[in-house]
Amino acid sequence: MMELLTAEQLDKFTVQVAGLEHPRELIIDLLRSVQDNHGWVPDEGVALVAKILGLTPLEVEEVATFYDKIFRQPVGRYPIHICDSICCWSRGGDALATHLREHLGIDFGETTADGLFTLLPSCCLGACGRAPAIMVGQNTYGPLTTDDADRIVDALRQEAQG
Amino acid sequence: MAESAEKLKILICQGTGGLASGAAQVAEAFETEFEKQGVEASIGKRCAVIGTGCRGLCANDVLVDVCIPGKEAVTYDFVTPELVPQIVQDHILGEGPIEKKKAGPYYEKFLEKQQRIIFSRCGTIDAESLDEFLEHRGFEGIRKAVTMKPSEVIEEVKKSGLRGRGGGGFPTGMKWSFCAATPGESKYLICNADEGDPGAFMDRSILEGDPYGLIEGLMIGAYAIGCKFAYVYVRAEYPLAIKRLQMAIDTCYEKGFLGKNCLGLGFDLDMRIKAGAGAFVCGEETALMASIEGHRGMSRPRPPFPAVRGLWGKPTNINNVETFANVSYIFYNGADWFNAIGTEGTKGTKIFALTGKVKHTGLVEVPAGTTIKEVIYDVCGGIENNRKFKAVQAGGPSGGCLPSNAIETEVDYDSLIKAGAMMGSGGLVVMDETTCMVDIARFFLQFTRVESCGKCIPCRIGLKIMLEILERITEGKGQEGDIELLQDMAYDIKKSSLCGLGQTAPNPVLSTIRYFRDEYETHIKEGECPSHSCKPLLHFRVIEDKCKKCGLCPRVCPVDAIEWEKGKVAYIDLEKCTKCTSCYDACRFMAID
Repeated sequence: MMELLTAEQLDKFTVQVAGLEHPRELIIDLLRSVQDNHGWVPDEGVALVAKILGLTPLEVEEVATFYDKIFRQPVGRYPIHICDSICCWSRGGDALATHLREHLGIDFGETTADGLFTLLPSCCLGACGRAPAIMVGQNTYGPLTTDDADRIVDALRQEAQG
Repeated sequence: MAESAEKLKILICQGTGGLASGAAQVAEAFETEFEKQGVEASIGKRCAVIGTGCRGLCANDVLVDVCIPGKEAVTYDFVTPELVPQIVQDHILGEGPIEKKKAGPYYEKFLEKQQRIIFSRCGTIDAESLDEFLEHRGFEGIRKAVTMKPSEVIEEVKKSGLRGRGGGGFPTGMKWSFCAATPGESKYLICNADEGDPGAFMDRSILEGDPYGLIEGLMIGAYAIGCKFAYVYVRAEYPLAIKRLQMAIDTCYEKGFLGKNCLGLGFDLDMRIKAGAGAFVCGEETALMASIEGHRGMSRPRPPFPAVRGLWGKPTNINNVETFANVSYIFYNGADWFNAIGTEGTKGTKIFALTGKVKHTGLVEVPAGTTIKEVIYDVCGGIENNRKFKAVQAGGPSGGCLPSNAIETEVDYDSLIKAGAMMGSGGLVVMDETTCMVDIARFFLQFTRVESCGKCIPCRIGLKIMLEILERITEGKGQEGDIELLQDMAYDIKKSSLCGLGQTAPNPVLSTIRYFRDEYETHIKEGECPSHSCKPLLHFRVIEDKCKKCGLCPRVCPVDAIEWEKGKVAYIDLEKCTKCTSCYDACRFMAID
């Protein structure tokens, strides 16, 4: 979990950079890989990406901070993205968000004390046909009642223990 | 072919919508059941459980088709793993379809007015199988295109009348000809799959359900324009789409269908996915190119247009996913065939995403010229809970709200603009009588303000000020002249913003003022919300004739301010009430105002 890039990834990216006319185009790919391995992008991650691409850390930082789904702060093991766009909102997305905040005891942008969950509002997840929806990792869930949301959280807790 | 024709097939939607409702578990249950019951042996046919793309009727997922050779396919909806043994036992091994569990007449109605062309492979074939794609006319289009000169290919697209499906509706053939005419050895082709508009998810569905079809559209475009390199920019929120498309691209490379000498047809094309990282503005073409180049996704002034100076300063052509998907079909069936569908100004079909307070949410493909009313009522079953229709938001945060007297509007680029909305990406968010139109305008503006990249001042600061005005109106603190101020600012922001985001962001405000001005006035002059939806304007009174005496509100009240006895209308003690809105949120009958 703590490694920024595996030796294999590092090799792959180094080869790729050498073959590209504009290595900078890999910046998001690199940041995403670091985040996949480490959960979020620490300062060392920014420095590493900068080194691979021959950029300054500041140049990488300005890209990393532009995008919502690159995390420059620690997040929980399961960041929960709650869609806050129109379709989910019109079908009870607000109430779902309020419920999750109460249930987990955290506000948006915060992480639970056990380090498992971070709540994040998200732009439309494209699951409007199944609103209200949330996304955890690669999985989208919807339409959710508050009970469904609790069940998902419980299942993830169990997964973390098991 | 012969073998697959005799197979018993189970088609299960494996798009994001289907998977969210447990499609993977349903598929597994079928596999297990087939094995357990020895189905293959007892019916003497091979059985295949096939994961398809989205079927459209997302509200009723999981949808399952049981196709027994020689018999008509039967569709079941709301299938759970628990239902699977019964389907296998009674339908496949037993006497026939389980009538009670079949998708009702609404499914036929849902399909009746649709013309599923772009979606013809979504939901019917295995989305991940190149072989199935090839069996369903796959790569016929590009094979036909290469028999023509690139300029003839562009002419054919022009003749078809295809216009960009991303929102603006610019004629595709003309766009291609601009880029083709720009001198330069290296040119880029970009497919915009950064489908950020809330309420639109047809591009996701195409990526997940027919990834090879998209690749074929890109091949045709690349051949016509003379591009050697294509990028598909997919947003981060679509992990499954990225996975499927990557798999399809990898397979094409393995087979030699991409890379040097594509399909052995004598042209080269490399293709790569660029995954976004969460920024709505990257759907705008200049911001999208900045993002691919590895910069902050901020837009820049045009001209120069991408066709002249695009990605890394090279001529670049950008089209939307649905546009490229259309291109494949134009070359399967010819420009004349395509041109015959639709209206004078809009040819072909358009996919709409129906969401909000409509009975059957999902994806619908109709020929241009169908009215919005037909789409909502005939295809999608009308308003949920039989409430009254109030408005439909067409075209996402850049579009406009149409009231009931405007929904006879045809699905057509020009008609929609005339009505005050736009085709946009094709999202239709349906609103019922409980929705406050001022609040909707505020909601959309809140969205565009957050997503503004911040580069130009009209968008960054102008939207913020408009939002503040709308906020004070929804709080009952509106002032005389606010409506006119909003209109003035909207006009200025539209005229002076750098990119499409700012230029269209005030549209929801303008269209709601145009059609629902009385609601704005009631908020400002009387401090009332006619829809009883703006929370700061609630009175916390029980409306006697709406109260169903169910006793839910006293249970959710945290300060015991609600008095209720069985069979009696509830009463809220305003002395004790803290206006937390728990009762309002809980009441299913809108009986608290």
